[in-house]
Amino acid sequence: MEKIESAAESRKLLNKITNDLTRSIVKKDELTRFWFFILIMFVIVGLWGWIVQIKTGLGVTGMRDYVSWGMYIANFVFFVAVSLIGFLISSALHLLKIPWAKPISRVAEQVAIAFVALAGIIIVMDMGRPDRFMNIFLHGRFASPIIWDVTVITTYLAISVLLFYIPLIPDLAILRDKMSDKLPKWQLTMYKILSLGWKGSAEQYKTIYHAMRVLMILIIPVGLSIHTVTSWLFAATLRSGWDTAILGPYFVAGAFVAGTAAVIMVMYVYRLRYGLKDYFEDFHFDYMGKLLVFVCLVYLYFNVNEYLVPGYKMKEADGIHLNELFQGNYSGVFWIVQVAGLILPIFLLLFSYFRKPLPISIISFVVLIMAWLKRYIIVIPTLEHPFLPVQNVPGIFQHYSPTSIEVMITIFSFVAALIIISVLAKLFPVITIWEYASEKGIDKKYLTENDKN
Amino acid sequence: MEKNTRRKFMKTLGASIGVASVAGSSSLLNSCAKIESNNGDKIKLLTSSGELVEVDKSQLKPAEMPSLTEFQKRGREGLPGKSWVMVIDLAKCRNARQCMKACQNHHQLRPEQHHINVLQMQDAEHTAPYYMPKPCQHCDNPPCTKVCPVNATFKRDDGIVLIDNERCIGCRFCIAACPYSARVFNWFEPRDAEKYKGVTYNIEANVPQKKGTISKCLFSADRLRDGKLPSCVSACPNGVYWFGDRNEDAVTNGTTKETVNLTALLKQNAAYTLMEELGTKPRVYYLPPKDRAFPFQEEIKNDH
Repeated sequence: MEKIESAAESRKLLNKITNDLTRSIVKKDELTRFWFFILIMFVIVGLWGWIVQIKTGLGVTGMRDYVSWGMYIANFVFFVAVSLIGFLISSALHLLKIPWAKPISRVAEQVAIAFVALAGIIIVMDMGRPDRFMNIFLHGRFASPIIWDVTVITTYLAISVLLFYIPLIPDLAILRDKMSDKLPKWQLTMYKILSLGWKGSAEQYKTIYHAMRVLMILIIPVGLSIHTVTSWLFAATLRSGWDTAILGPYFVAGAFVAGTAAVIMVMYVYRLRYGLKDYFEDFHFDYMGKLLVFVCLVYLYFNVNEYLVPGYKMKEADGIHLNELFQGNYSGVFWIVQVAGLILPIFLLLFSYFRKPLPISIISFVVLIMAWLKRYIIVIPTLEHPFLPVQNVPGIFQHYSPTSIEVMITIFSFVAALIIISVLAKLFPVITIWEYASEKGIDKKYLTENDKN
Repeated sequence: MEKNTRRKFMKTLGASIGVASVAGSSSLLNSCAKIESNNGDKIKLLTSSGELVEVDKSQLKPAEMPSLTEFQKRGREGLPGKSWVMVIDLAKCRNARQCMKACQNHHQLRPEQHHINVLQMQDAEHTAPYYMPKPCQHCDNPPCTKVCPVNATFKRDDGIVLIDNERCIGCRFCIAACPYSARVFNWFEPRDAEKYKGVTYNIEANVPQKKGTISKCLFSADRLRDGKLPSCVSACPNGVYWFGDRNEDAVTNGTTKETVNLTALLKQNAAYTLMEELGTKPRVYYLPPKDRAFPFQEEIKNDH
């Protein structure tokens, strides 16, 4: 990076960067209000659904004694999967010193925080006795993978929040110092508290760099754990389709596909909505496209292993499960997920045209939907076919189909994740100003100048 | 003599009332405490095994009902020195389903909830179909208790796998973990929830059932404590079930009340356990369905 020597030029450029990157915070229009209004309406409907579920019992869902985990668990796995992208982009790529990933870090962390938080919430909504939630801490039994999951997910959430917050501290100081005429008082007070008296001394920057590095290293084992342990909730059982040793890495690989797609979509929305064409540039989408192809290829490799090996042998129970996926009730979903969620994106994204912002965002949207459906067919078909016959029970016990309450609560969980992302985007810059400015060769001393010219 | 047995009967009945906690029993018992002289008044009572009996009102006295803590404590400890096992003779089962009925009565289950389920089985394409009663296998290496996050389901020293529904959080991980589909969930308010409201929870029978928690076969642990055979075993009209203590190496047939040597029974009949390849080490043994004296009535359904 070249250094900009002239003070005037530095100030001018910094001003432009600050204006661009704080637009999301300052901008207040009808569309924003409308967006939040819609989201909150869905949240209210979803919460009402949950109240009905608590009052009547989990019987309001399509779940019964055989398919005892349904759409909520599929959501849970999906949310944990998407949240894993925070670890890949803001830690792994950083530590590998891949420069283009830097501006995307905050987006990745927003997605990570929102989805991992909702993973925790949806699992509580799946409980038969949410009122006994505290039993997990009072009577927790460390031999249960659920306790491992609770441990790593809360740890991951905590590290993700810190990894989101710490690099923002210099920016919060900028907002505190330079936005006094544009923002309401409470917001400025919040920035003042959160910026922890930031002055911009070399010492302070050193502390930040050091803390970020420690967190980036810490999040690697935790990140891998969250999805590996989530896979063990299934792999620790004896059921066909879950009882495989490959499930941990298989889930991790699938998680990167879903997360990359989610980040690309959020990037595209920010670029469009907040006029950040010069920040989320075409080449960012191009690189993210290549990253998506790479993770899709890894996932494809795991898929071949996951289905070909048992499919070759067709052991009794495995055979029933695989027949159901390949040519039975779930074959439609299975094949569309494999083709539209994996093979087509790999093929299309090999062409540079499809790695342009709009095409890749559309592809990412499809990939994300397929990723959700994939979780659905990981959870449900296995449970529909236990080892022993399902007999002497009503038809609803044999085949699972989600009810409207489940759909309402599922929509709630997605909308709640969007609210978290939207609120974070409204309160904090979606790209760190100071990091971006330093990248552009602006000396750090200009950042803390209390000078708006 | 006669009087003595009668009193003894009343005593057990009193205990049963306490344990099974018949609806409205508390108000009834209160009134009993006062009326000593009012002989001749008969009332109808439901015993824990689901029988309707008529009792002289004056004979009723309040049962000493253990407190919840006492129930929970002894329920977790189990019966000292015992090691319960069940043997199911598939050659005798003709799908009478008395076991299922008695079980649902005892454990206050809805019609679609089965602690024991008589399944129609066919092992391979050209083999003969047969009926297979399937209770919880009370595995010695139970996959279900391993995964419980709050130690709500556990294995006692006497071999029984129990559930504490004062603690269960309803995550249903144990259902996913059980390869025998032995566990059921209370998706709605349980059957007769109103009727048994306020009754002390008995962990050994898992009654009253609680919404949002798990239930399953417990070998009628409450009846074992009273020296009785499990409900299903006693209810069978066809001599399918043998039940007993592995430490004594003896099992008793629920229908004929005949007691035999466990090892010999298993050996002579080539007994096996269900899906032993999974390493769960079940405590329920099956005797093969050979020499059946009755035809298989239905069309076999291939529904797993």
